[in-house]
Amino acid sequence: MEWFLANREQVFTLAGQHLVLAVLPMILGLLIAIPLAQIARQSRGLRSVVLTGSSLLYTIPSLALFIILPTILGTRILDPANVVVALTIYAVALLVRAALDAFDSVDEDLRQAAVAMGFKPLARFIQIDLPLSLPVMFAGLRVVSVSNISLVSVAALLGIGNLGMLFTSGLQRDFVTEVVVGIIAILILALFMDAVLVLLERLLTPWTRASRPAGTAKPGAGHEVSGDEASGPQGAAGLRSRAKAAGAA
Amino acid sequence: MSNVVTDTFAWLADPENWSGTSGIPVRIIEHLAYTGLVMLIAMAIAIPVGLYVGHTGRGRVAVVALAGALRALPTLGLLTLFVLLAGIGLMPPIWALVILTIPPLLAGTYAGISSVDRNVVDAARAMGMTEWQVLFRAEFPNSLPVMYGGFRTGVLQVIATVSVVAYINLGGLGRYLFDGLVLSDFPQMLGGSLLIAALAIAVDLVLALIQRLFLSRGASAQSNRSQQAAVDLTDSVYTETAVQGGTS
Repeated sequence: MEWFLANREQVFTLAGQHLVLAVLPMILGLLIAIPLAQIARQSRGLRSVVLTGSSLLYTIPSLALFIILPTILGTRILDPANVVVALTIYAVALLVRAALDAFDSVDEDLRQAAVAMGFKPLARFIQIDLPLSLPVMFAGLRVVSVSNISLVSVAALLGIGNLGMLFTSGLQRDFVTEVVVGIIAILILALFMDAVLVLLERLLTPWTRASRPAGTAKPGAGHEVSGDEASGPQGAAGLRSRAKAAGAA
Repeated sequence: MSNVVTDTFAWLADPENWSGTSGIPVRIIEHLAYTGLVMLIAMAIAIPVGLYVGHTGRGRVAVVALAGALRALPTLGLLTLFVLLAGIGLMPPIWALVILTIPPLLAGTYAGISSVDRNVVDAARAMGMTEWQVLFRAEFPNSLPVMYGGFRTGVLQVIATVSVVAYINLGGLGRYLFDGLVLSDFPQMLGGSLLIAALAIAVDLVLALIQRLFLSRGASAQSNRSQQAAVDLTDSVYTETAVQGGTS
């Protein structure tokens, strides 16, 4: 605690760098994943190509990717851009899957109703598909947020500034306090980002709160998980959000 | 840039790097051995607990919460903490890795058992099976596809994370990255990275092949239930992301 108070400025600077390195890829990843998912929905073949490709990229360990990227991008190894690009790749890999699930979760009847009402494809996408897919999309985003925040610390091994530096320097100096402060700071950062996303989701999807009581009544009766079954893909989102809520408590 | 690439290939092709105690084959074996050890310990803990929670439904909230909280723990922080507290050696980092591997395994096992059609379980019970028989002859076989998804995720996560343990004086392919970093030997770093990526992809392909050959496609079922299974699978797929790389 004393060490933290004495070094709080440094910790806050590192936390700021950490946050930028984690959040920027998330936004970039979302901007890439949504059109990609929309393209992938056009046909079964495209869908499996996109899903296989994204899982293949996701298989590459982050530390290796941090080192391989500079060669491809022509950047220097200490350039934070490598971390941003690497994490964007992971974010896209995860979010394409989530976006596909999210668009699948939109009721086909609603889509057809929108078409019948005269919505043009783009307007329908922006006004119908996108908002209605938000709950599942946010479930994916929350996973990406936690994973990014944890992954950024690995970049400290290569000397790129973030909270992970507290681990490397703690190890070198045989100083446990610094490592513990680092872990706690990262956990707080992850919880903070998760709370921000939950809040954002609530603001963007006010209609889900009205219908929630009916949805949550089901799992109580009979077997808990078979209750989720009825809600289809949203069951996973529900499971995760409950997991998060319990974790935060 | 091109000379880095050619240097890297020269490094990869150099027979000297393929022999001796720090040669590439030895490093690959070390890497896989650490992975195997971590998986064995983690499975010994996570699978029984997952089976219990999946079968009885007891402690479900606790398990899901625990898995969620563990997901946010930074790998590197846990590794350095264990080393500082328990000293350098094989086991401290192994235990840190075990802790990080339990969530996907636990989630996979638990989700697998939960995804089994309730009618199947009820039918098994109605036929007079004991609880153990229900678990091992009805629930377990039917949940294998989902459980295997968790296993695959866990293995890839460990392979990715094992590259980090080289930072604390263990072997494995990660050695090339950190040795290269100290010596500013970029071809060695890049070569090591390519080997790690290749190893992860190769292992994933082998695991996918095993799934195709040995796990019944029928067990993952069609209709409504398969949707639930798929949902749980993506859920466990998401679970592993706390650490780096590795998805089916």
